[in-house]
Amino acid sequence: MPLQLQVVTAERVVYEDEVDMVVAPSLEGTVGILPRHAPLMSVLGIGELRIKKGAEETPLAIGGGFMEVLDDRVTVLADSAERADEIDVQRAEEAQLRAERLRAEGAPADPAIMEAALRRAQVRLKVARRRRNVRGGQPTP
Amino acid sequence: MPSLRDIRRRIQSVKNTAQITRAMQMVAASRMRRAQEAVEHSRPFSEKIREVLADLSYATPAGEGALHPLLERREVRNADLVLMSSDRGLAGGFNANVIRLGSRFILDEAGAPVGVLSVGRKGRDYMVRYGRNVTADFSELGDQPQLDDVTPIARTVIDRFTSGEVDAVYLVYTEYVNTITQTPRRVQLLPIEPPSAEDQEEARSRGVDYIYEPDPRQLLQALLPRYVEVQIYQALLESKASEHSARMVAMRNATDNANEIVGDLSLTYNKARQATITREIIEIAGGAAALEA
Repeated sequence: MPLQLQVVTAERVVYEDEVDMVVAPSLEGTVGILPRHAPLMSVLGIGELRIKKGAEETPLAIGGGFMEVLDDRVTVLADSAERADEIDVQRAEEAQLRAERLRAEGAPADPAIMEAALRRAQVRLKVARRRRNVRGGQPTP
Repeated sequence: MPSLRDIRRRIQSVKNTAQITRAMQMVAASRMRRAQEAVEHSRPFSEKIREVLADLSYATPAGEGALHPLLERREVRNADLVLMSSDRGLAGGFNANVIRLGSRFILDEAGAPVGVLSVGRKGRDYMVRYGRNVTADFSELGDQPQLDDVTPIARTVIDRFTSGEVDAVYLVYTEYVNTITQTPRRVQLLPIEPPSAEDQEEARSRGVDYIYEPDPRQLLQALLPRYVEVQIYQALLESKASEHSARMVAMRNATDNANEIVGDLSLTYNKARQATITREIIEIAGGAAALEA
């Protein structure tokens, strides 16, 4: 029996489908969820949520949140979640540059917040690039 | 009796008004649809987060004192009120209703000095005019607020609560029931009300033995500030949907009234016109009769 995955943010339902595997960026490291996983409640960090369905893999950029696994239902409550094609690459690049510059200059902002901003930008870019590579490579049958 | 020209001018002016109110009605209707969708879309998240909260508080044994600063109950010596109104008027009783509820709370029910955090210009202006203590203003959030827009609000109330400046935070907003019904409501934001006995009972009946990562206490710590944020966000979306519905209904009534007035005035105008023609015919006939005689 496959997993029933729902990814929701406060603004909308981002993803809802039956999938084979979910790989989530938990605070304690990456966790892979397969069918018949034990009930789990976990805090997610900023990172990439990978969804595997058949041969297809969909990455989502997640900006922290929670994940609940129960009876083959996976619910991700994310602060932000974007599919690769929704990511504004230019904006993410600008954000990355800005965050790096601020860090180099030792800006007065909270270092943790700056670090988080940088991390978010990096994850968005990573997810967006992954998508682009897929397009440039062999077309999947 | 007004002259024909006056009536004609009056009809034209009422027609112009009707045109404007009709346009506003249409705009409000399309915004309302979007706002309704936003409310619908945000519901799964807030329902789920409430469920998780119930599971968590069931899992964390109520040990010594409060589990988390945001759950801590204190004697209320100072309170904050987040008041959600609209930035623009012409929305029927929308603002009046929510402001009345807020004022009544400040004056009669709070039993402690209340600071107002306004979201929406109308509420802010009212509270400033009547000399209430407006401590912060978050107006002009636009028609499609994002979660990021309410983060500063949540931050402010959480900071004020945890630093002990205030001992309770309430939220007054307008609940969206349907297009014709919107009810102003007051809820307690902080301290966070522990999940109701029913919710806890439900969590128990599910009887799931979760693996918590990290431990439940830390999970709760990460979850609660977000819960406050989501509550504010949900209230804001409901208020927006209510505002646009109220405005749409108000503008529809205004358009109907204007059209009715145009009808009445046209009748008066035609009667007056007919009376003039009749009078002229009588005069001509009278003149002709006088010549023949």
